[in-house]
Amino acid sequence: MSRIAQAFERAAAEKRPALITYLCAGDPDLASTPDLIVAIAEAGADVIELGVPFSDPTADGPVIQRASERALRAGATVSGVLDAVRAARARTSVPILLFGYYNPLAARGEAKVVREAKDAGADGFLVVDLPPEEAPPLRDHVVALGLDWVPLVAPTSTPARVARAAEVATSFVYVISVAGVTGAGHADLEVAAKRAADVRTATGRKVALGFGIKTADDARRAAPHVDGIVVGSALVTAIAEGGVASASQLVRSLRGALG
Amino acid sequence: MSTSLPGRFGPFGGRFVAETLIPALDELESAYASARADAAFEARRLELLARWVGRPTPLFFAENLSREVGARVWLKREDLCHTGAHKVNNTVGQVLLAKRMGKPRVIAETGAGQHGVATATACALLGLKCEVFMGAEDVRRQSPNVQRMELLGAKVIPVTSGSATLKDAMNEAMRDWVTNVATTYYCVGSVAGPHPYPSIVRDFQRVIGDEARAQLLTDENVLPDAVVAAVGGGSNAMGIFAAFVDDSSVKLIGVEAAGHGVASGKHAATLTAGKPGVLHGMRTYVLQDEDGQIVEAHSISAGLDYPGVGPEHAWLRDTGRAQYVSVDDEEALAGFQLLARTEGILPALESSHAIAALHGVAKQLCKDARILVSLSGRGDKDLNTVRDALAARTAH
Repeated sequence: MSRIAQAFERAAAEKRPALITYLCAGDPDLASTPDLIVAIAEAGADVIELGVPFSDPTADGPVIQRASERALRAGATVSGVLDAVRAARARTSVPILLFGYYNPLAARGEAKVVREAKDAGADGFLVVDLPPEEAPPLRDHVVALGLDWVPLVAPTSTPARVARAAEVATSFVYVISVAGVTGAGHADLEVAAKRAADVRTATGRKVALGFGIKTADDARRAAPHVDGIVVGSALVTAIAEGGVASASQLVRSLRGALG
Repeated sequence: MSTSLPGRFGPFGGRFVAETLIPALDELESAYASARADAAFEARRLELLARWVGRPTPLFFAENLSREVGARVWLKREDLCHTGAHKVNNTVGQVLLAKRMGKPRVIAETGAGQHGVATATACALLGLKCEVFMGAEDVRRQSPNVQRMELLGAKVIPVTSGSATLKDAMNEAMRDWVTNVATTYYCVGSVAGPHPYPSIVRDFQRVIGDEARAQLLTDENVLPDAVVAAVGGGSNAMGIFAAFVDDSSVKLIGVEAAGHGVASGKHAATLTAGKPGVLHGMRTYVLQDEDGQIVEAHSISAGLDYPGVGPEHAWLRDTGRAQYVSVDDEEALAGFQLLARTEGILPALESSHAIAALHGVAKQLCKDARILVSLSGRGDKDLNTVRDALAARTAH
């Protein structure tokens, strides 16, 4: 069983959803990324979604866009991100899911970047602009090396597309709460979480809900219906405003809300 | 979902977008197929092209220019279209489609402003709400077009992220579309973006090539030896090339913007100096660094200032069916002056690149070869840029 699947099992045994938190690698700089990963894991995150910065992040709202711009300005590269994963892996067993866009990965070479990610200690890939139709060949390399491939399901996804996402998923399906970009925050989270639960029923896959979950209260409302919740923009804001201390505090409060 | 259009051009094209947009692209593809099969839709579109856009545009034999260039040059006068550029051929089609799909709101991205103006114009005619994303830098450079869009009832939204130019405006339009996909039609301005946009925009622009081909056959009873057009995203070039792709005797030559020179790194010559990659939902040639980050493009022409290119051009390049050359800012300015002086036409800076390439193209061909050029737009919008560039040159 993959480290990500184990994290979901462990959370389920504690009768709570897994807490998945996003941070952008290299924001504010690559040197601080391993410390942030370790601190966030210690504060209670079950899975770390680590953003690979891209110059043109079309699925992200302003908070993560700016984080990506800051990271690139500070010199983040794919190779540097993988080094940060390696450094973090030496200090924590928290699962690390690489989250990003296709072009920087393709530019490095699909087989190469997947092999390097595995060697560095990463656990899987979520590539926002690779819907199931375009996912091979990157997904084939990911699955061949035993890493996880995480697909997205949107509010607009038809039942046939939900089924297709479940087919390509290896551990869980990421359900987007709103038609929109990250950090949108206008979702009716209970409605969205119930939809995620329907996806789980229809596909038999674990589901995590993301986009627009910001506070402990948001997390509490979504929790009863899902296997995982994802918090991104709120954590990126906490890091920008107060570094490791603020990030840890937010993660503790989110984890507290999940029980 | 049945697919009526090819989703790919060889290895290029595709749909590299967030999952949220895939159902919308399926819906668009099927709405487009049904509209094109509907005689009433086509009749309305063709009527608007004739009576509102002003088609067919003339094919003009440029005698004085021909003498200078050493070839026989015909200009397809897209500069005489309503709004002053070929862009309106596409927006009439897409905004009619938006209306047919029951979408009350249309969004668009624009660089030089020509596509924004053309979208705002079609929305005004057809009664749809229009919002246009434009890089903050371009809002500053192209203020007359911003005023036009606003007078036409559109809202112009400046985009400050990234390099604050066309690619960032396109990113922002995609973000808006993801968010408002149920009520919003995204009117893409070039043969770019995820499938089916490259095919839809090519089909709506194909009128340029179809008309020019028929006009030349009527006037001269022969096909041209070469067809020349400027390429940014590539819609005007694809529109004129499409009618000649199957005529193997006709050379297709796309002219990219070399900016300060390809060697300087400050250029928009994607097919000349880019590498295959993925941007704005398509696999195509892209200006990118070694780490796959998109590099800012540069051209004196805001309309060519784009680090990607339509995927069908990428395929025409790789198969050798079309040839792509590049012309720098200085040469484009000279092209602008050449056409103004010889034929009394102020071309858009985009089209000036095509004019500037003619000497080189003529050298490849036999004496008195026939060259058809797409004059994609008129130069009024570029007067300030041209004046400043010429003044800077005199000051040196």
